[in-house]
Amino acid sequence: MTKIRTLQELEALRKSLLQRRDPNKPCVRVCLGTGCRARGSVDVLEAFTHEIKKRGLDVQVECKQTGCHGFCERGPLVVIEPKEIFYQRVKAGDVPEIVSKTLLNGEVVDRLLYTDPATGRKVLYEYEVPFYKKQTRLILANNGRIDPTNILDYIAIGGYQALAKAITTMSCEEIISTIEKSGLRGLGGAGFPTGRKWRLCREAPGDVKFVIGNGDEGDPGAFSDRSLMEGNPHSILEGMVIGAYAIGANQGYLYVRAEYPLALKHLQIAIEQAREYGFLGNNIFSSGFDFDIKINRGGGAFVCGESSALVASIEGKIGEPRAKYIHTVERGLCNKPTVLNNVKTWANVPLIIKNGADWYAKIGTERSKGTAIFSLVGKVNNTGLVEVPMGTPLKEIIYDIGGGILEGKRFKAVQTGGPSGGCIPEELLDLPVDFERLTDAGSMMGSGGMIVMDEDTCMVDVARYFLDFLQCESCGKCVPCREGIKRMLEIITDITTGRGKEEDIELLQELADMVKDFSLCGLGKTAPNTVLSTLRYFRDEYVAHVKDKKCPAGICRDLIEYFILEDKCTGCGACLKLCPQQAIDAYGLIHTIDPAKCIRCGICRDACPFEAIIVR
Amino acid sequence: MKLAKSVPEYSKVDKIIDSYSCEKSALIAILQEIENLYGYLPAWALRRVSEKLGVPLIQVYGVASFYDAFHLTPRGKHLIRVCLGTACYLRGSARVLETLEGELGIKDGETTPDLEFSLQSVRCLGACALAPVMVIGEQYFDKMTPTKVRSVLKRVQRRDDKD
Repeated sequence: MTKIRTLQELEALRKSLLQRRDPNKPCVRVCLGTGCRARGSVDVLEAFTHEIKKRGLDVQVECKQTGCHGFCERGPLVVIEPKEIFYQRVKAGDVPEIVSKTLLNGEVVDRLLYTDPATGRKVLYEYEVPFYKKQTRLILANNGRIDPTNILDYIAIGGYQALAKAITTMSCEEIISTIEKSGLRGLGGAGFPTGRKWRLCREAPGDVKFVIGNGDEGDPGAFSDRSLMEGNPHSILEGMVIGAYAIGANQGYLYVRAEYPLALKHLQIAIEQAREYGFLGNNIFSSGFDFDIKINRGGGAFVCGESSALVASIEGKIGEPRAKYIHTVERGLCNKPTVLNNVKTWANVPLIIKNGADWYAKIGTERSKGTAIFSLVGKVNNTGLVEVPMGTPLKEIIYDIGGGILEGKRFKAVQTGGPSGGCIPEELLDLPVDFERLTDAGSMMGSGGMIVMDEDTCMVDVARYFLDFLQCESCGKCVPCREGIKRMLEIITDITTGRGKEEDIELLQELADMVKDFSLCGLGKTAPNTVLSTLRYFRDEYVAHVKDKKCPAGICRDLIEYFILEDKCTGCGACLKLCPQQAIDAYGLIHTIDPAKCIRCGICRDACPFEAIIVR
Repeated sequence: MKLAKSVPEYSKVDKIIDSYSCEKSALIAILQEIENLYGYLPAWALRRVSEKLGVPLIQVYGVASFYDAFHLTPRGKHLIRVCLGTACYLRGSARVLETLEGELGIKDGETTPDLEFSLQSVRCLGACALAPVMVIGEQYFDKMTPTKVRSVLKRVQRRDDKD
């Protein structure tokens, strides 16, 4: 392959790619994101390839893998172009029927269509599915459209044009001021203005500089970075090359979580292809600018999402953060000026360069521009990836896009920002989400997890869960975080096991404030957020645990008991057979649970066909 | 099968270290490759890495024990991972983990004495639509319950007996 050296060559290649592609040619797009894969989409893709070949349709029909479409709840997902017919929960066994009906005869396979639960109507096209309809997809726009392992797919949709434009027509200063004007902020969670970060690094003294892409998405319940790295790796690379050019770096690193093997694979392929075409390597677009990217596999430490810990990890050291007064933009990797941005931030860069700062600045709120991506998960009907303009109210995300609460239960809280974030109660559901508003509410944007909780969720237990997570993940360098979180966890565990005292609530509050104020890095500073926000909005639940020794949600085991309702029990014996403790007795027809033997595992309740077993 | 003491295979480990030109900053990458090769980091390999890179053993050990990706003891034939990410936790994955601990007779992070199963909780696999999710080897099991755990384990054991 000859390398692309000019904007004209790139444009010529794109045009020839488009000419070769008939827009009316049917194309089967199968989602091979992690969610769909886990549900068997690899078999579905294979079945399509096989069936299309068997019937000699290779020439007439294209079939390709794509990254995550976002609507993970209904996977495996298949979209058939040109009309964009949307099939969900597709199994390999459905494929012959799809081929003969839809591809050959233009008929629709009714049972594979999505039914809108609100109207009961079947939805034919992808763009009409309510889950997608209310979203504004910028960064994720092409995730479900292109084959992430084929650079030509990316070029065909205009990929690397922004890079060509930046390098061949813009000065470094122009690029940086464009990013500044756009208002782009770091999407890793903290929201630092990206343009300012670049400028500081450009102005920092030194010949050797670095750029880093942070793909160490550690927040439990967040998977937007993963989907982007898997589904559109070139958009991240393109952003990084532009950034490197602007600040004057010649080497970049991508730090990717080892738990994401597919993301690692796709990024590696993308880097090799970008080198082949000359978008990485020496003399990019004949400008004399050299740049390359290396991938570092993460070691599985949550703290390595923090910038200085991540840098230490790339250097082959233990991932311990350092004090913040040493700025990464001045002394980062190997003590050289370094720009570290989240992969989503990098992916925004080509869009801004291509469409201009004004276009980007029009999206979002006054201080938070562009879109936010959330992994909408938990007790919500439509689990998946959601991209909305900054400032979209929580209610719209959870109800209009997310389809409301699972099993029609009552909403209790939504947790954003992962372990660093907080829980937002029902009365704040109208809150427009952006960096400032979430922080004001005691939570934060974080890396985009949005976990919906219903009436069956115990907020004290949720706070305990996050403390337990953070206690394991605290690197141990500074005392407030290492010891403070541990003590908080002990106190809250006492509360959830019925040993809590009234003064514990105040003590917890005091400790939380201390850890927040005195920890060294972001992990410790934000660690108490879940405790503080639950104390702020759900204090009554703490009181119920401490005073009444009751868990209102029926979660904390030491405070509940399983009980069989006499009028509902038919004596069928389903629970009795499954109980691992032999805690269920059958005196005559009605069963009873021996609370002394019961370990409250809940197997009996799952097994009971008559809903006769309750928690009280 | 007993816990076998592994016989040092210096040439294999040397090859990995040499492929990184004995670069000190490649310590994590080197340990990752050794972990891939053996499923854990044998003590002799850590000593070898320390010697060849000129990094003190305490530092090598520090890195090996800091990151979750590394293990200092051999692991079982089947690695069972249970997701304890927030979405899975809310939908009851703690009960799934507990049932596994009970059925296998080991705690989270441990390996059965016959080296058949290793049990490990993970914080989010990013497959939240499948919550609670459990992964054995490369195979995903979605919407897990304690009852389902038992039947899946039986299936795995039966498949092994056939082999």
